[in-house]
Amino acid sequence: MEPENKNEDHSLIISIKDLYKSFGSNEVLCGVSLDVFNKENVVVLGRSGTGKSVLIKIVCGLLKPDSGTVNVLGKEVEKLNDKELRELRLQVGFSFQSSALYDSMTVRENLAFPLVRNARHLSRKEVKKEIESVLNDVGLSQTINQMPSELSGGQRKRIGIARTLILRPKIMLYDEPTSGLDPITSIEINKLINLVRHKFNTTSIIITHDLTCAKSTGDKIAMMVDGKFIKQGTFDEVFSSNDERIQNFYKYNFINK
Amino acid sequence: MYFKKSREYFITKKIDQFFIELNNALQFVWRFFKEVFKPPYEAREIIRQCYQVGYKSLFLITLTGFITGLVFTKQSRPSLSQFGASSWLPSLVAIAIIRALAALVTALICAGKVGSNIGAELGSMKVTEQIDAMEVSAVNPFKFLVVSRVLATTLMVPMLMCYSGFVAMLGAYLNVHHNELTSFISFFQAAFDKISFLDIFSSLIKSIVYGFTIGMVACYKGFHASNGTEGVGRAANSSVVLSMFLIFIEEILIVQITNSYRT
Repeated sequence: MEPENKNEDHSLIISIKDLYKSFGSNEVLCGVSLDVFNKENVVVLGRSGTGKSVLIKIVCGLLKPDSGTVNVLGKEVEKLNDKELRELRLQVGFSFQSSALYDSMTVRENLAFPLVRNARHLSRKEVKKEIESVLNDVGLSQTINQMPSELSGGQRKRIGIARTLILRPKIMLYDEPTSGLDPITSIEINKLINLVRHKFNTTSIIITHDLTCAKSTGDKIAMMVDGKFIKQGTFDEVFSSNDERIQNFYKYNFINK
Repeated sequence: MYFKKSREYFITKKIDQFFIELNNALQFVWRFFKEVFKPPYEAREIIRQCYQVGYKSLFLITLTGFITGLVFTKQSRPSLSQFGASSWLPSLVAIAIIRALAALVTALICAGKVGSNIGAELGSMKVTEQIDAMEVSAVNPFKFLVVSRVLATTLMVPMLMCYSGFVAMLGAYLNVHHNELTSFISFFQAAFDKISFLDIFSSLIKSIVYGFTIGMVACYKGFHASNGTEGVGRAANSSVVLSMFLIFIEEILIVQITNSYRT
């Protein structure tokens, strides 16, 4: 699949070069490089424990790399001070694998939390309108007064995405958006990722080990094995490779389903 | 046979870890002082935390304060009676409660109740990535979670200490009244006869330090929790143990300093 809106701005949004990261003696990322262009959905595919989540945590500045550079929207992430990093994060949405909703707050409060603190000029009425609008986008208007513990796994993922969308980010980072969900809910999440991309004009990195998610959401696939990208390209390009590791991944993914 | 020195550690693993932890803890405290005066201020969260720390501890503080006063008086009576000094009981109890017991009992109760609560709450937020979620949505989690909680404990523990002291004195009065039919006014006149401004002031300072310690230790432990639910339990537990330990160390130091002023 090719990125849509080819005539539009095709500038480089995220550029990762020679990234290394280890935790103690455990080398997680070993020289990772990746370019993500405007409005492109890049899927980082690989088995659990290959360093995919670490990669996007470095992109949004939650972790620091040992070496290498990450350039997001023209800014080198590891050189930013706290204030600059906070400004950058307003443009980068992060959807956590566990959804990471604040358990002590209702859905409304979860959504209001980042908005009220980052857009202090907004009136109560405007905040309410924004919350209702974003809940409508993810199709969960009815959950506004519910606590996270009352929501299903799929609903929690959607609310997690809504909470990032409320700040109108230019970039979305999805960490395992479909993990732990049934196939139908997974398809709904995949549709939501595509909807977000079209409605909010976002550029995304999607971390997953789910081939259905990769195929339906990704313009480009980057296959990660042991902290390195072994192949990058469209879904068909990657899986037409003769590399045994890619073929095994493809085979086991469908056997497990 | 020779002992090969490990190159991985500067001294030994445990000593190195202790100094690293100490350095991290001091940086955490320094960060608090940097953030506390910087706007924006989380006023609503501070008020909410004051309610959680103060109001929700009232029952426990009332119970322990009352029992402390009552039991201390009851236990002191036989010793004083032997020397015919029962009339000194109100001032003895007042000195014990105001100089030491009120602040110490309140701090220990708060370390157990509030410290474990904050440690577990922040610990579970840490392991379920809620703190990371705040960070990536451009909200300063330190300001929202740590500053508000430390301010709440620092403000509320002294207030609880004053309340606990009053309730303990009431407990003591009930015992004295029961045995000697002393009036309320004469009991308190006798009690406060030997109390100086320094006693009250040092107790207030102590409870401010205890409150700060409880909040800081619990937030530090919670904020640095790891390894899932086990880590949450460990954070809650070590919040209580470490803050109690530090409270006793601080008690010794403050008593030494106050006594040097007294003489």
